[in-house]
Amino acid sequence: MSLLDVKDLSVSFGRHRTRVLDHACLSLEPGQRLGFVGASGSGKTVLASAIMGLLPENAHVEGSIVFQGQELTALTDRVFSAIRGRNLSMVFQEPMTALDPTMKVGRQAAELIGLHRETSTMATRQRVEQIFDRVGLDHASRIADAYPHELSGGQRQRVVIAMALMNNPAMVICDEPTTALDATVQAKVLSLLDEELAGVNAACLFISHDLGLVSRICTDVAVIHAGKIVERGSAAQVFMNPQHPYTAGLVATASIDAVEPGTRLPVIEDFFDPRQEQ
Amino acid sequence: MTAYSLDHVTMAFGGRRRKVTALESLTLHIGEHERWGIVGESGSGKTSLLKILAGLIRPTSGVVHFLGRDLDHANREAMASLRASVQMVFQDPRSSLNPRMRISEIISEPLRSPLLKGRVDVPTNPETRVSEVLDAVGLPPDAATRFPHEFSGGQRQRIALARALAPRPRILLADEPVSSLDVSVRAHVLNLLNSLVDSMGLTLIMVTHDLAVVRHTCDHVGVLQQGILVESGKVLEVMNHPKQEYTQELLNAVPRIKESG
Repeated sequence: MSLLDVKDLSVSFGRHRTRVLDHACLSLEPGQRLGFVGASGSGKTVLASAIMGLLPENAHVEGSIVFQGQELTALTDRVFSAIRGRNLSMVFQEPMTALDPTMKVGRQAAELIGLHRETSTMATRQRVEQIFDRVGLDHASRIADAYPHELSGGQRQRVVIAMALMNNPAMVICDEPTTALDATVQAKVLSLLDEELAGVNAACLFISHDLGLVSRICTDVAVIHAGKIVERGSAAQVFMNPQHPYTAGLVATASIDAVEPGTRLPVIEDFFDPRQEQ
Repeated sequence: MTAYSLDHVTMAFGGRRRKVTALESLTLHIGEHERWGIVGESGSGKTSLLKILAGLIRPTSGVVHFLGRDLDHANREAMASLRASVQMVFQDPRSSLNPRMRISEIISEPLRSPLLKGRVDVPTNPETRVSEVLDAVGLPPDAATRFPHEFSGGQRQRIALARALAPRPRILLADEPVSSLDVSVRAHVLNLLNSLVDSMGLTLIMVTHDLAVVRHTCDHVGVLQQGILVESGKVLEVMNHPKQEYTQELLNAVPRIKESG
């Protein structure tokens, strides 16, 4: 049985029922890493929010999401909150907004343990420092006593990753986890994520618009365009031999290196005309 | 002619107790019509350098020459010529465009600047200039009457570019012009930037952390590490034979699609 099974998931918003996700199907095996690629506004984050049960009130959801044999779309908030942060966790895009600015990061991380387990304050604190240490935060105890604004962007994202891995989840959703970081920090955070996911053998849904990043982390790729999943396959197959013209366009735009400097870069429209598709 | 020549420029912030040196004894010569990429991580002093070049801050010590003139803030003539011929594109078009102004007002605002009075080649009719530059950046003419929120991120960066080009600058400064954009939109904006810099004969100075973008767009590169210019020269020389470990590290950090899965 798959760890996660999304079947015919459609999400629409508001009175006009604007459809942002259209019959999306995907499944994830335990420990598998799927890159979810698409342009901004294609519905990537909506899918992540739907799985996490974080869609706003005005969203209409059709279809099913089965996680560890449990149908998630029908769950009440109370039942869902026992899963969220424990078996299923998320790394958000912008670490400054994902963390509470008025709370020391050690306490925020401790809260996550306290919500799901009964442990003593001492043991919790130890666990927090231990995992901060593991994600490469030097002086873990000093960092734990810092407020988010006292940390750098890379340190903050490490804290967010530490929190996502805190309860050894079966699956982690990463929503553009490194877009707020610069190139060298991004490379370090990515390899950390790679190691830590392997360490707890967690499955991962890695959302990004950058194929280069996805190919570093994921074994499989799904491509979404305008709310529809247009292609799905192993990373090697999708990148080397894209079937859908939109995917071909994405691959070409992501490879700046392959283009003679100063000449025109290929754009998606060279490969794919969105109007033709309709 | 050299556009900028910087001689032992140091920029320090803060007082005696906690002094931060953003740039240390930086010497750099940028010729006219050259395209420079300034790379480095956050905190390396890229933005401080760009602000000095834009005349927004003055260095703690050292001399900056702009088009042969000493750029001392007391030298009003040099400052006026700088402000009249340098324009800038910012990183995030969501915050660099006034949400309460129509696109036509945003683009024509620099044309109304008193700083441009001394110049002869300033476009005289703002309306025609607005439609000219909108056309140059590939936006429809009816964009002029709309507001920034009606546009996508890539389109907003085109508007920012149109605004920078409206007063016919000689030098274009760009602070991470594509890093807030989608990979698919990035190609559009880079193509546009390239062709405009070409056709208008601009000097381009672009700050970024993405070496792939620099390699594609620029002919010269300067690598900043903690305020020190550790390496500079022709793009291909620096990228193919980096002398500094740090440059190599930056090169390795560029995400590429792996050849084998």
